[in-house]
Amino acid sequence: MSLQSKLESGKFVITCEVGPLKGTDIHEVEENAELLKGKVDAANVTDQQSSVMRLGSLVTSQILIQKGLEPIYQTVCRDRNRIALQSDLLSAWVMGIKNVLAITGDLPQLGDHPEAKAVYDLDSVTLLQTISKLNNGTDINGNELQGKPSFFPGAVVKVESDTEASMELQIAKLERKIAAGARFIQTQAVYDADSFAKFMKRVEKFNVPILAGVIPLKSAGMARYMNNNVAGVMVPDELIQQMTDATEKAATGIQIAADLIKQLKPLCQGVHIMAIGWEKRVPEIIQAAGL
Amino acid sequence: MILSEQKPFEEILGYLDGEKSVFILGCDGCAQSSGSGGPVQVEEMKTKLEEAGKKVTGTKVIDFLCEKALVKSGLRGRVDQVAAADSILVMTCGIGIQAVAASVNKVCHPACNTVNLGGSRGEWRGSERCQECGQCLLDYTGGICPITACTKSLVSGACGGASNGKCELSPERDCGWELIYNRLKSKGQLDKLKVFIDPLDHNKLMARPEMLATSRYALEQSDKEVKT
Repeated sequence: MSLQSKLESGKFVITCEVGPLKGTDIHEVEENAELLKGKVDAANVTDQQSSVMRLGSLVTSQILIQKGLEPIYQTVCRDRNRIALQSDLLSAWVMGIKNVLAITGDLPQLGDHPEAKAVYDLDSVTLLQTISKLNNGTDINGNELQGKPSFFPGAVVKVESDTEASMELQIAKLERKIAAGARFIQTQAVYDADSFAKFMKRVEKFNVPILAGVIPLKSAGMARYMNNNVAGVMVPDELIQQMTDATEKAATGIQIAADLIKQLKPLCQGVHIMAIGWEKRVPEIIQAAGL
Repeated sequence: MILSEQKPFEEILGYLDGEKSVFILGCDGCAQSSGSGGPVQVEEMKTKLEEAGKKVTGTKVIDFLCEKALVKSGLRGRVDQVAAADSILVMTCGIGIQAVAASVNKVCHPACNTVNLGGSRGEWRGSERCQECGQCLLDYTGGICPITACTKSLVSGACGGASNGKCELSPERDCGWELIYNRLKSKGQLDKLKVFIDPLDHNKLMARPEMLATSRYALEQSDKEVKT
């Protein structure tokens, strides 16, 4: 059963992340795929995450298919213009990729090639419109396609905002993403179920499945780093204290993630576990969460 | 108004490698107000080049090196000095350097980099910026330009990168879309956030062909300038 069928039939789904590495060594990607298949419903393949140049998400998504793990092909607007984006999408469909996550993408200045030209010819919303057009058999300019894809497009949203403007802009943009064709949503990491419940109250009217983002904590330092440097991530002080006090940091981090998933489960239609290097421990988290 | 800044001296010396003598040309227009090629900088450059062992055959600061007629008339009394030099070091913007190279049959080295104005009018005060996009979107965005106010020039609203109202690029820089939100709110126009804006037409962002065929700042008749 595909991710799309599961979401459409109302099943609670689990997705995770597989990040391509820098270079041609695909052992780890293959190992992770092997380990995660059957445990998660699909895995996002990140696209030049944090503007750091790596192996491509297109070919890595195909590796996952070969290994029997359904990919969610992430595609950012930072590096390619509308011609390349559309062409890669057509290629993705031909390679057997169904799920696409449309993202604007971090600025090049934040990565390891700060001199690079930022493209942003399209953005997340106009990319979703483009995917919808491809699904309808034309390119962005209305030219007919010979053979059309049938993508299941997704988008992202930030749950926590630190200003009213940011919050309202996120909701307004989410509405536009859905109007442009997004059929599932994954969120930035959530650490506070109450705050997530409030967010869900505001977006339930959009009637699109939402997968809550979960990043397991590895240390108190990591939590503080994310609070200071990752927009939309707010780890509460109690959790930071728990991590500080823990003697078994990894076990505590996994337990916190599992408890969080239990609290989030009744509120939404899935979780998206971003393990950031802990891909091999995702099955442990799922088991501890009782999924 | 064009902004320019001097290249590092080592880079300039590199251009002059293998040459013994040089004539220095400055510009009393934008390069003077940029502090990159006015009379003061030309004198400083002369001293530094002489210290580096180069013979400076002469210097001249001309009003508007971008105007070829002025370049030619300005150098009329210095023909011998220019002829005696291996090359000319031109201390001005890219237009001025090209105008000199086209007017004088001598190797011309650039002493300056021309800096992107970022949609400003050079030294003009004021924080508003216009990127000359040819498809003004200000009606949708409360009179704040998303192309210049947002570091990603997003037309569909904010990305998720802002923290405390500041751009992910720098805590010094406001998130352009949060400025737009606050402006729309203050004008009772928040419904504008529901409007879909088409992807930008990058053809319109480029200079028109007739602009590229001639030097934009030339006073000469453009029909004489059109390249075939």
